[in-house]
Amino acid sequence: MADPMRIRAQAAGDKTTVRVLMAHEMETGLRKDAEGKVIPAWFIQEVTASLNGKPIFTADWGPAVSKNPFLQFVVKGAKAGDKLSVSWKDNRGETRTDEATVS
Amino acid sequence: MRQTNPAAPLAAALLLVWCASALAQKSTADGIAEYREMLQDGNPAELFEMKGEELWKQKRGPRNASLERCDLGKGPGVVKGAFVELPRYFADTNKVQDLESRLLTCMQAQQGLDAAKIAATPFGKDEQKNMEGLVAWVSSQSKGMKLALPQGHAKEKQMYEVGKRMFYLRGGPHDFACASCHGADDKRIRLQDLPNLTKAKGAAEGFGSWPAYRVSSGELWSMQRRLNDCFRQQRFPYPGYASDVTVALGVFMGVNGQGGMSTAPAIKR
Repeated sequence: MADPMRIRAQAAGDKTTVRVLMAHEMETGLRKDAEGKVIPAWFIQEVTASLNGKPIFTADWGPAVSKNPFLQFVVKGAKAGDKLSVSWKDNRGETRTDEATVS
Repeated sequence: MRQTNPAAPLAAALLLVWCASALAQKSTADGIAEYREMLQDGNPAELFEMKGEELWKQKRGPRNASLERCDLGKGPGVVKGAFVELPRYFADTNKVQDLESRLLTCMQAQQGLDAAKIAATPFGKDEQKNMEGLVAWVSSQSKGMKLALPQGHAKEKQMYEVGKRMFYLRGGPHDFACASCHGADDKRIRLQDLPNLTKAKGAAEGFGSWPAYRVSSGELWSMQRRLNDCFRQQRFPYPGYASDVTVALGVFMGVNGQGGMSTAPAIKR
């Protein structure tokens, strides 16, 4: 089971800044281990975010994104108390979804 | 990037990845400072803090106990503000201990885990992995507070002197001391500016910023791991984990940096 994300969503006026930290190895598939064997690629491929269940954001990611990635975006029209959820899916098919409340 | 709902216009998503070309025109130190600032907002050390807090409260080990009764110097279970007063003298062990040696004491005494076995475990493996989370969380509970290491006890004063000696001890194939790199202003290794650990400002910056998340390796490094790697760079034999010499160096740096701010868990390149 993947480790939880850390999500913060802070409203200021009509804009809400969302900051997400994801715990993921993000292996490129190009590195080798101590024995010289290739470490298989393992990275997040799709990130989605929704506000009160309505999708607002989708991103396609690749192996160039760093380990334990940080994502920040701004969404208009969210209010304090709204539920914001973020999900990712990696190339092994593993997924993780976490929720935060807009403050 | 594609937007699934054009009705909710979004500013461009900001992916913070190392971007060397954007930094080319500035001085390297400026570039690194700017990079650190950008990452400060999304320091992955927070992921370790979350794990650490869970581990602190979780019942584990042969005794099936949590660490919530662990005395880090401010009484059993008090975590807030404890980190900036470490290393300090503990009467129950009759030793000056840093955070990690103290955690080992608690893990053995309260949870029944084998401290010697944990100390012998390589960094980043098994129980040492848990240690990363614990140090991240405990240090985060003193973030922004001033370093205030006690120096009232004779053993604390003695450890300062031991640390000072170790700091200036030259040896190894390079005839290096800690002081060779950290004893004067404006020294660096490759592009890394090195803090002058003999002065208050440098000691606070250096000592006060570990544990830290290292972006280049994606690992959380404790002070013990930092010191272990300093010994490697000096081509000294590796010090024992949480051994007296490492604690003494902690006392020396921490007392020199007295009054400076603890920024741990910080973020490093």
